[in-house]
Amino acid sequence: MNAPNQRAAARHIALVNARLIDPASGLDQLGGLLIIDDRIADLGRHVAAGAIGDAQVVDCGGRVLAPGLIDMMVSAGEPGLEHRETLATASRAAAAGGVTTMVCMPNTEPVIDDVALVDFILRRARDTALVNVHPMAAMTKGLLGQEMTEIGLLRDAGAIAFGNGKTSVANAKVMRNVLAYAKDFGALITHHLEDPTLGEDGVMNEGEVATRLGLRGVPAAAETIMLERDIRLVDLTGGRYHAAQISCRASLDIIRTAKLMGLPVTCGVSINHLTLNENDIGPYRTFFKMKPPLRSEDDRRAMVEGLASGDIDVIVSAHDPRGAEGKRRPFAEAADGAVGLETLLGAALRLYHNGEVELLRLLRVLTANPARLLKLNSGRLAKGAPADLVLIELDTPWVVEPDRLCSKSKNTPFDGARLEGRAVLTLVAGRPVYNYADQE
Amino acid sequence: MTFAAEAPNVSFSHRHLLGIEGLSRAEITGLLDLSEEASKLSRQIDKKRDDLRGRTLINLFFEASTRTQSSFELAGKRLGADVMNMSVSTSSVQKGETLIDTAVTLNAMRPDLLVVRHHAAGAVQLLSQKVDCSVINAGDGSHEHPTQALLDALTIRRHKGHIDGLVVAICGDILHSRVARSNILLLNTLGARVRVVAPSTLLASGIERLGVEVYTSMWEGLVDADIVMMLRLQRERMASSLVPSQREYFHFFGLDYEKLARAKPDALVMHPGPMNRGVEIDSNVADDPQSVIREQVEMGVAVRMAVLQALARHLPNQ
Repeated sequence: MNAPNQRAAARHIALVNARLIDPASGLDQLGGLLIIDDRIADLGRHVAAGAIGDAQVVDCGGRVLAPGLIDMMVSAGEPGLEHRETLATASRAAAAGGVTTMVCMPNTEPVIDDVALVDFILRRARDTALVNVHPMAAMTKGLLGQEMTEIGLLRDAGAIAFGNGKTSVANAKVMRNVLAYAKDFGALITHHLEDPTLGEDGVMNEGEVATRLGLRGVPAAAETIMLERDIRLVDLTGGRYHAAQISCRASLDIIRTAKLMGLPVTCGVSINHLTLNENDIGPYRTFFKMKPPLRSEDDRRAMVEGLASGDIDVIVSAHDPRGAEGKRRPFAEAADGAVGLETLLGAALRLYHNGEVELLRLLRVLTANPARLLKLNSGRLAKGAPADLVLIELDTPWVVEPDRLCSKSKNTPFDGARLEGRAVLTLVAGRPVYNYADQE
Repeated sequence: MTFAAEAPNVSFSHRHLLGIEGLSRAEITGLLDLSEEASKLSRQIDKKRDDLRGRTLINLFFEASTRTQSSFELAGKRLGADVMNMSVSTSSVQKGETLIDTAVTLNAMRPDLLVVRHHAAGAVQLLSQKVDCSVINAGDGSHEHPTQALLDALTIRRHKGHIDGLVVAICGDILHSRVARSNILLLNTLGARVRVVAPSTLLASGIERLGVEVYTSMWEGLVDADIVMMLRLQRERMASSLVPSQREYFHFFGLDYEKLARAKPDALVMHPGPMNRGVEIDSNVADDPQSVIREQVEMGVAVRMAVLQALARHLPNQ
């Protein structure tokens, strides 16, 4: 494929002979897309070679051209954890995975609970990152669950949403106040779901597998109790609420009920919980240790059903880089988390290739839906929208090799996995930030 | 003179003994036969053999232990090995050294056999991947304690002549017990009917899927049992709201004569030790002729000799 070079990229580029998929509008047709500077200027059948003047032409060879992926859950290591990841390395991983926008989690060192730190992330991202970066700010100071942060000022500074890292706010009064106060600013509250007392001893899903391994379990109720409580508080306050990651069938039922009640509730699921289950832990493989824990196969199937039915709004990579010092330990003592930016698309396409979820819906939860939740102008193929794009080769087989990942940490649960389909060209604001052909 | 020359030749092809899981019925029976011979040796005046002459055995204990550690030490010495004891809880781990670094350091000292106890499930398996010697699991968290299950089986077999068809009630803190897990696996493999008896707070989730009958009442769970195996209840369990008090636990789950009367008249009383007299077992029951608790300790040395001997057959000779 002839990729545009950096210099010409900022002007006119025509991506022709593509299968245009825009989940926001339901568009799925052959055609071309014209980029002028950093925006989508035109798209459709009429954008074809010979009809677009002196634009640089890229023949997409019939591959899928879709909005770039928007990942609502990325730990990018800055500030304080640069030995695991930096905005620069995370953004390279994102670009290689077709992710053009990443939302960075606030559980850094220090915690992103102050305006100056939001500003720091934005400036570091501007100077070092290849893709769009939006910081998520802490909703309680130090993520301690006690005092609300300056939600209004943080939002004005550029915090795109508010969360509490990988801990739940146990205090219901604080949670109520956060939801009520955030509502006045239209701010999105995303929440990790794990009752801190029910989950405190657990290191994997509770049940037979944990019992055989002699490991303490986290019951599904640790998640559902917190989710049920939050739904009541949303009902009370009207705050805009997003369950950051659900992992079990019972949580899906709670989300469905909340949506039927007309509450402003959405939910996400990680790619890990859609494609892996507790049995993958096998003989204490710590790369499969995460929060929430990988659940049973029935729960995994429920997540896929929730995706297909539209009850699950967003897929996240839950990208969480961890070094060997955190992972080469006995399971109970090992760090939680897995990298995921580069494997997100390939792993998600498994669901499409297996016939479990149709392509348009799969891409919607990776693009248009997160854009809608975050109120971003991207995540769609439309005139005037940012030219954040990914060209996807649906059938390319590839093997995940940790050493070849761009991420600084190599803790992938897909080590050695054979995936089918991947990003072959990623553009951010009209500029190519990744080209698969350059990697070979 | 070697023990191997006097003992039956058993089929045991594993490099490590990490758990009962993965052992076949024939391998377990073979180890028990070998242990039987070792127990005879331990009762002789000359208990010393040359099987492990020149070999180094390191006891690496990340958790305090008296009986298991001394049992392995004696077993190693009776077979002629040089034995070194390391209690790591007081040394390098407190300086921040990771388990793997400790393993690599010890490996550089070229031991032939490494006996490991660790507080985390899976830790011994992790360590075994980083060393060149044979590794024996002497207890990893709540996961497995294979030599304990073997010595329990040997003790049972010596009294009952077989294990097939026996009703074995394992009673007490199933949730935290590696002894229970290894025993469930082993006794099921040898054809026993295994029951677990505990309050619901001390039962592990999904335990019934391990092929046991679950009881929450001692009066029901002990009916017609051939073997009553008691587990230790740690005092911390009271603080974490798993059982309300020592006296309530003893009332409902402590083994006294009244509850023991539900079992068969010739039932054996067992306990892996160390016992909490008056918590999980009545002091008189513990010392009763039906109790084989002291014999378990004796069989412990024999089983560990057998395991060391079986593993040593596969050690490189050059």
